[in-house]
Amino acid sequence: MNKKEKPEAENRPDNTAFTQQRLPAWQPMLSAGIVIPLFLIIGLIFIGIGVALFVTSRDLQVLEMDYTGMEQNSPCFSCSDPDQKNCKCTLDFNLDKLFEGPVFFYYALTNYFQNQRSYGVSKDDYQLSGDLDNFKDPDSTCSPYRYDSNNNPIVPCGSLANSMFNDTFKLYQLVAGTKKEVPLDGKGIAWWTDYNIKYRNPSVTPLKNAFNGTVKPLFWPRPAYELDPTDPANNGFINQDFLVWMRRAALPNFRKLYRRITEGDYSTGLPEGNYSLEISYNYPVLNFDGRKKVVFTNVSWMGGKNEFLGIAYLVIGSLCIVMSVVMLIVYAKFKFPEED
Amino acid sequence: MGLKCSTLRTLISRYCVGEENWVDSRTIYIGHKEPPPGTEAFIQQRFPDNRITSSKYTFWNFIPKNMFEQFRRVANFYFLIIFLVQLIIDTPTSPVTSGLPLFFVITVTAIKQGYEDWLRHKADNSINQSPVHVVHNGKVIRKQSRKLRVGDVVFVKEDETFPCDLIMLSSSRQDGTCFVTTASLDGESSHKTYYAVQDTKSYSTEQEVDSIHATIECEQPQPDLYKFVGRINVYMNNEPVARPLGSENLLLRGATLKNTEFIYAVVIYTGMETKMALNYQSKSQKRSAVEKSMNSYLVVYLFILIGKALVNTLLKYVWQADPNRDEPWYNQRTEVERERHIIIRAFTDFLAFMVLFNYIIPVSMYVTVEMQKFLGSYFLMWDDEMFDPDLGERAVVNTSDLNEELGQVEYVFTDKTGTLTENNMEFIECCIGGSVYVPHAICNGQVMSGAGMDMIDTSPGPDSRDAEELFFRALCLCHTVQVKEEETVDGIKHGCHQGKSSSFYISSSPDEVALVEGMKKLGFTYLRLKDSHMEILNREDEIERFELLEVLTFDSVRRRMSVIVRASSGELFLFCKGADSSIFPRVVSGKKEEVQARVERNAVEGLRTLCVAYRRLSSQQYSEVVALLREARLALQDRDKRLAEAYDKIETELILLGATAVEDRLQEKAADTIESLHKAGMKVWVLTGDKMETAAATCYASKLFRRSTQILELTTKRTEEQSLHDVLFDLSRTVLRHQGTMTRETFSGLSSDFGDFADFGLIIDGATLSAVLRPPQEDSNSGNYKEIFLEICRNCSAVLCCRMAPLQKAQIVKLIKTSKEHPITLAIGDGANDVSMILEAHVGIGIMGKEGRQAVRNSDYAIPKFKHLKKLLLVHGHYYYIRISELVQYFFYKNVVFIFPQFLYQFFCGFSQQPLYDTAFLTLYNISFTSLPILAYSLIEQHINMDILKKDPTLYRYIGKNSLLRWPTFIYWTALGVYEAVVMFFGAYFLFDNTTFTSNGQMFGNWTFGTLVFTVLVFTVTFKLALDTHYWTWISHFVIWGSLLFYIVFSLLWGGIIWPFLNYQRMYYVFMQMLSSGPAWLSIILLIAACLVPDVAKTVLWRALWPTTTEKIQRADRLYQGHLSDFTPLSSLRPGLNSDLDSPRVLEAQRSRSGHNVKKVMFTRWRYRGFTDYCSFTPLLPQFSPGTKYGGTGREERV
Repeated sequence: MNKKEKPEAENRPDNTAFTQQRLPAWQPMLSAGIVIPLFLIIGLIFIGIGVALFVTSRDLQVLEMDYTGMEQNSPCFSCSDPDQKNCKCTLDFNLDKLFEGPVFFYYALTNYFQNQRSYGVSKDDYQLSGDLDNFKDPDSTCSPYRYDSNNNPIVPCGSLANSMFNDTFKLYQLVAGTKKEVPLDGKGIAWWTDYNIKYRNPSVTPLKNAFNGTVKPLFWPRPAYELDPTDPANNGFINQDFLVWMRRAALPNFRKLYRRITEGDYSTGLPEGNYSLEISYNYPVLNFDGRKKVVFTNVSWMGGKNEFLGIAYLVIGSLCIVMSVVMLIVYAKFKFPEED
Repeated sequence: MGLKCSTLRTLISRYCVGEENWVDSRTIYIGHKEPPPGTEAFIQQRFPDNRITSSKYTFWNFIPKNMFEQFRRVANFYFLIIFLVQLIIDTPTSPVTSGLPLFFVITVTAIKQGYEDWLRHKADNSINQSPVHVVHNGKVIRKQSRKLRVGDVVFVKEDETFPCDLIMLSSSRQDGTCFVTTASLDGESSHKTYYAVQDTKSYSTEQEVDSIHATIECEQPQPDLYKFVGRINVYMNNEPVARPLGSENLLLRGATLKNTEFIYAVVIYTGMETKMALNYQSKSQKRSAVEKSMNSYLVVYLFILIGKALVNTLLKYVWQADPNRDEPWYNQRTEVERERHIIIRAFTDFLAFMVLFNYIIPVSMYVTVEMQKFLGSYFLMWDDEMFDPDLGERAVVNTSDLNEELGQVEYVFTDKTGTLTENNMEFIECCIGGSVYVPHAICNGQVMSGAGMDMIDTSPGPDSRDAEELFFRALCLCHTVQVKEEETVDGIKHGCHQGKSSSFYISSSPDEVALVEGMKKLGFTYLRLKDSHMEILNREDEIERFELLEVLTFDSVRRRMSVIVRASSGELFLFCKGADSSIFPRVVSGKKEEVQARVERNAVEGLRTLCVAYRRLSSQQYSEVVALLREARLALQDRDKRLAEAYDKIETELILLGATAVEDRLQEKAADTIESLHKAGMKVWVLTGDKMETAAATCYASKLFRRSTQILELTTKRTEEQSLHDVLFDLSRTVLRHQGTMTRETFSGLSSDFGDFADFGLIIDGATLSAVLRPPQEDSNSGNYKEIFLEICRNCSAVLCCRMAPLQKAQIVKLIKTSKEHPITLAIGDGANDVSMILEAHVGIGIMGKEGRQAVRNSDYAIPKFKHLKKLLLVHGHYYYIRISELVQYFFYKNVVFIFPQFLYQFFCGFSQQPLYDTAFLTLYNISFTSLPILAYSLIEQHINMDILKKDPTLYRYIGKNSLLRWPTFIYWTALGVYEAVVMFFGAYFLFDNTTFTSNGQMFGNWTFGTLVFTVLVFTVTFKLALDTHYWTWISHFVIWGSLLFYIVFSLLWGGIIWPFLNYQRMYYVFMQMLSSGPAWLSIILLIAACLVPDVAKTVLWRALWPTTTEKIQRADRLYQGHLSDFTPLSSLRPGLNSDLDSPRVLEAQRSRSGHNVKKVMFTRWRYRGFTDYCSFTPLLPQFSPGTKYGGTGREERV
């Protein structure tokens, strides 16, 4: 008898819930009974968020001015000639009410493909993190901005660094016929991590010595260690403007933060009045049909002015409600009799 | 010279032609002794050593060979090409992104295969190094098994396994026999008797054996285990004596010596040339229908991929026609790039786009599908409901490639004996010259003591008494049963316990055991075979001895067997038993009509009948017989054919004695299973070698045919009356006429509950079948018989093919398989005769029956009992199908969503192949972020409860014909993927458009953009799967939420550290910066909702408006809170059947469903009560009454 039972016991499968595919399970079903109230709730929440976003966004102010100088009547028309060097032009504008602060000052470029692959990879991350070996021999991805014609290494190398935006702006408020400079704050316009961790200058003092035997990017007026003569901590690879430029934009029309207006009389915003923006016009965009703009804007808890987000929430929210109504009609018409 | 030439030829052929093509026999010198000079010179051949290598690789060739094997698969090759392209040209993503997954897949596979091969090596080594005993110079020495050579004489002791194929020279038993089990070869655990060569059987010590001087000529090795022809030349006094060798002399490697102290044998086939090794050839791979649709989807996606790359390349050059766009001042090219020819540039760009979009065909899909199949098959093996406690066997999965095919079966081809029936034979009665005898052992549940018998004919005359005893003796002598004098035989209990000597009858055929046992109950006991004498204990308790002279063994073509015996009186008898059709034509006298009537009646009742006849041989006739047999047996070529001819000549002029009837009871729940299969829309064909009447009765009992079934006959009997042509046309007209009257609705398959009406059954026999299938003759218009036949079959829900030869079974399967609808076929059987059809069908199922393990070994799945087929198909098959179809669709969907945004991004980055996502995301998306939820889903999802699936077989129909992987479904999934991709990309686009996301005014870059899209992507595809999951166990929760959590943790980690080994740090703090901004959160939530809402709404609306059956069942199950399976009429949930609920046919169906148990009881009981009046039970079982054959209600179609 024992003999007979043995093989059975050996070969018998484990009788557990898992092996028998009988694990306890929650078996939800996408039925109208659950989905209609769910859609209703989601719809209401979304509409609520949408309204909040829309209202917030509507209250934000944006002032966008094109200074490319394509048009003859544009103040920068004369500067748009590519042969002009060190051209300056002035853009006058008027604010008829207080531009609430903090005000953010952006420059914007259009039709500019910072997201091209060959452009984006044309840099040397080791060099930019202060590796002196890569000062002498930049990475091959930097070509054709790797060595100059005399075979000196370019630091920082690559198209991305080379094409850094070099228009500069000065903003004046016209108070009783005199120009009062609006202080622009250039600190913290780049990511904290870029400034403090990702990009590093070589630990050579003075910084200039590290750049011995190298040349500045061809397009740059000044070498990297002299980017900001006013602040020694804002030079080399950790120059804020440089960092802003190096973070590639996702799309061909983009804005980059230039300055913040937070100091002095302007900490609450730009009061109403006349302003004058002095532009040193250096950056060529016309040959690729680009535009240059300056943008003044303020932000809220949900970022800059963007009506799309609010509208999208409203649309999806209402869609949910509409669908739940449709479902309810269908449900009432086709389902109830059957379930009796 | 000639000898040299031929040696050369041997060598050439060996190396060029492939070995034994022209040397069709081999010569072996026993003990390596040269034959005496003057005899015919043999070509000495070279034989391999006795090494068995089942391993595929060696240490040295593993890497190249395994790589070659793996890259032969199209998918792997594709990924290799992509990887190489990435290495060679400058592409947007690093080679790591495709190299790493490929490397992973290849390594895992290589490790698995390497491990398996290592196990095989180990097993090989242990076999190859096991010690064997060899007679060398008159002494027994030990040798390693692998060193055995052809011609060695080996010494094998009891319970040892033969190390190679041997010809037995002598044994410890005086009669030169030995017993062997071939359990490990073909699973037959019965002891088989093998015979030593007559001239050498007396040499039973090593010195004597060493003195044997002989050569063996035999055929080159061939895989058939049961065939062997050879000849031994024994040189006694330099005078060669030739003796035939047959499979009864051949001991096969792998078999074990039993009940014999030792044997001496000579090695003839070694190593890889043994029959066992030749039988290890792998079967051809079967591919499932799902895999085929997967491949066609793959082709579509490949075209989409190429299309995308072409479109982008083209647009790139159109867009770049403006030189300032082509090369703006800020992004100048190098000189080398400028000088490159435009065609080369365009081609490189095309390849780069291909690389960028190649993730649309994921390497991980193949891995996931294989894992799903492999792991999923464990649920089959673990299933406790498919465990049979009597046999102690559980389901066996030989290939996991076909799991989902189990859910697609349209045709079931089943064997009868041992599959539908128990193959547990019971002797019911015998009929001797018209009088019927019934053993009276069991009556009304009580066992009657002593061996009694009842005769129905009350006045047996004195003549009939002689005939009676002759009949009994014939049955006691004409068989191949062995007597085993032990309690158990290798775990399997055989036969009935014998009172006195506690011995068993063992035979490969259960019928024979039943007959011999039946004879015992009637007073004649077969005792044993001793010294070629069979001993019988007759009614007077006297032992009668018959010398067994010849056995003309059974084969399925002749369908009979004979023995020639010499009685103690010196009289010579030939006893022959066999199927009536093969006996009656050979009978010259005897009460033929009476016996035939009885045989037919028994057959109608579902009993297996055999006829017994005899012939007295004069000694002159006997010597002719001996000469005939001898000549045939000595032949080296066509021996089987010659033997058959000889048998044919010998088995003539028989005198009919009578007939026997043996019952083979239906397997438990066989009828229920068949009924379920029918309801599930499968057509069940029974293919059997039995006679038509027996088979038809079984079909009725097993509900294959119902009372209402209209039987169409296509048998020899009918084709004798009419020409085959006419019969076929008549039948097809009948079928088509009926089809015309049926409405479309009922025929659509979805609403008809067929099996209850419009039900045809076809009976065809082997002879007619081969006539139908005969290749068309030129003259007549018989060419389209096959088509007509198929047309008829298509309209029959059940077909019975009787009198089938094994190969014909495979032929039928192939015929259906290759017919124009290409239905999925399943073949199920238990015996060696079913192997051909098991191999032929899409899915082959073996039953662990009594006829050995051959069917099991050759099957794809093996189950202990026929009834387990129900769960295997209706539950497991159904689950695996829905699981894998979701798996496949989901995989393509999630890769469309993944890659399409990247495609759209090209329009905004100047077609510069800028990837949208970071390398790590590209690499890990398919490997880790989205792989586990779908794998878990594809292993544990249960859209409908198991019990409901079992309860309502009609649900099986809704997944038939690969319905979940049709093109519309595929297009819906792809469209959904494209929609979601568009929402994600343009959603993010408009949100990013010229605005800041942060409250400190800082801007985000392109990697944040990509990460935002990617986060939405990962959440959306995971939620989509979560919404599709209907069976949430803790595993589902774990993998779904775990994957999302893993994504977040990984992204935090990936962006949180400056990774020293990377030459770029583009993802540094990107993810954290994104999460620290409110609008990013809001955007993610918004986009996920926008992606999923339409699909959810569609699902809910469709569920309400056009619910699928699955959805109806789910809802009903919810209403009844999981107790749906307790409520009976599930059919009310099926569309279009509500009004039919009270219709007579449904009621009838229900009645028959509940009534079948009762009926079975009646079926088994009436026999014992009713034998005195056969007519009394006809009203109970109208379908068995002789007057109204099969049709019962007179609906039988006779055109």
